Amino acid sequence: MTGYKRKTSADVVFDIVNVLLLLIITILCLYPVWHVVMASFSNPTRLSTHRGVLFAPLAPSTLEGYKVLLKDSKILTSYRNTLVYVGLGTLFNMAFTILGAYTLSRKSLYWKKALMVIITITMFFSGGLIPWFLLVKNIGLYNNLWAMILPTALNTWNMIVLRTGFESVPQDLEEAAEIDGASQAYILFKIIVPLSKPVLAVILLYYFVGNWNSWFNPMILLKDRERFPLQLVIKEILVQNDTAGGATSGGTQIVVSSVQGTTAYRELIKYCTIVISTLPVLCIYPFLQKYFTKGVFVGSLKG
Amino acid sequence: MSVPMSTWKGTAPVRQGKIARDFHKNWFPYLAFVPVLIWFIVFCYGPMWGVLIAFKDFKPLLGFAKSEWVGLQHFRDFISGPDFGRQFRNTVLLSLWGLAIGFPIPILLAIMINELRGRFFKKSVQTITYMPHFISIVVICGIIHIFTQPYGLLTNLISFFTGATANRSLLGEAGLFRPVYTLSGVWQNMGWDSIIYLAAMSNISPELYESADLDGAGRVGKIWHITLPGIRPTILILLIFAVGGMMNSNWEKIILLYNPLTYETADVFSTYVYRRGIREGSFSFSTAVGLFNSVINFILLLFTNAISRRFSETSLW
Repeated sequence: MTGYKRKTSADVVFDIVNVLLLLIITILCLYPVWHVVMASFSNPTRLSTHRGVLFAPLAPSTLEGYKVLLKDSKILTSYRNTLVYVGLGTLFNMAFTILGAYTLSRKSLYWKKALMVIITITMFFSGGLIPWFLLVKNIGLYNNLWAMILPTALNTWNMIVLRTGFESVPQDLEEAAEIDGASQAYILFKIIVPLSKPVLAVILLYYFVGNWNSWFNPMILLKDRERFPLQLVIKEILVQNDTAGGATSGGTQIVVSSVQGTTAYRELIKYCTIVISTLPVLCIYPFLQKYFTKGVFVGSLKG
Repeated sequence: MSVPMSTWKGTAPVRQGKIARDFHKNWFPYLAFVPVLIWFIVFCYGPMWGVLIAFKDFKPLLGFAKSEWVGLQHFRDFISGPDFGRQFRNTVLLSLWGLAIGFPIPILLAIMINELRGRFFKKSVQTITYMPHFISIVVICGIIHIFTQPYGLLTNLISFFTGATANRSLLGEAGLFRPVYTLSGVWQNMGWDSIIYLAAMSNISPELYESADLDGAGRVGKIWHITLPGIRPTILILLIFAVGGMMNSNWEKIILLYNPLTYETADVFSTYVYRRGIREGSFSFSTAVGLFNSVINFILLLFTNAISRRFSETSLW
């Protein structure tokens, strides 16, 4: 902004108040996460009687909680399931979204209007949870790996965002390639996709996080516990309000069967569970952060 | 190439020729769209057709075709049922809490971040306030459960300030559900929701601020007369979305936080659909509840959009 303007005393006060308030907000955002991480390394007995804030692990600090978790076969199985669901799911997400966005970004399609209408209708109307559930069941996906992938293979909103991104690729480049005899597939994968990296990065992150965090669909679509993803197992450890899980609800003692133990240990394990399930996402996201504004902006509203 | 366009056009019926030429030229985009179209037909239009079971007495063993039509019976049962008033009230009130608290705070936060001068501090504030958005709802609700249990962090904090006992679970009290639900939502999403306003602010012309400087405007004056008007269309569109989506509750989160003790303030239409439909197997009845909910929702969206179009140039269509 303006560099030459002198700062008045009112400006200085404004800046100080602003920075202080933002500091408080930042600390409030960070603190609960910090608390959980510190608690996960704490001495379980002291932790169970600790009241109030926690700035460092309660000595003697321990890795016991993590050791127990990483030896628990149910946690390991569910972690592996999650990796499969997230990997395959995100792959399908990206493929479907790129294909759909590509077609809708072509300018001279005779049926484009019709396709847009078909898609826009689904953004305003849907059958709702129960018909969707029955459909997925009827086509034989219940309790099946593909139930975690196909029903959520596409997000209409993301496709529209990506279409806007594709449309902003300079027309001249495509035309020049066409004159050189490039095929349409070549133009899509060698020109359009590489030039849309920022939007693609944001969409990839959305899908990745969505797949990683998904728990409701697995809960209603999977029956066998060996197929449960991490989030669902974690839900049983952390949330025991006995309304959410229905008949499959287990509780800590079932999942972490190897802990012979005390409630104190169970508390510690809750904290460790939170850390191991959240870490991957929190590690990836800062690297993609620089694309957020761009990605959100490309898709922003009237797009 | 050898045949001039005009001659070719003349020999084939115009419309058919157009379509044929379109397919000839654009076969690749059409081919690419086939899987996408199939997906839409199966997973979006399939359930739309399936919604007809709301008007039937659907029995899975009989199948769709053989189940009996019952007209509006399920809707009548639901609307005259004992829980209707409670769910309607909760759906609306939870959304209103969200609107009143959750809507303005990201705008304020965006303005505050936008006023920061130091690049490093600005970046850090953004990184940290966006972070909770990426934590899964299961983990967020898990943390809420831990912090609100007897002698949990929040329970202790409240008892410290109010003198109430700390030996209670905050999630067990119907009177506290709305604040716990709303404020945790603000905590999780205020940073993320502020991004779109920040993007809009970065599009405001710096010249406006410069001329305001020459007029001797202060910081608050510039926020009020330049920044806020500059993001007005964005605010309005998001407001239309928020009001239009009022009947869409965040049921995944409610399901993770509520329990029979708090149904009084927490149970909404969509959680009811889940309990009656998925868990109890009353498919037709719960489909009717869901359909009722989406019809109200759609009317609300039309209504908000019409109002916005009337009083400003901003609308969805």
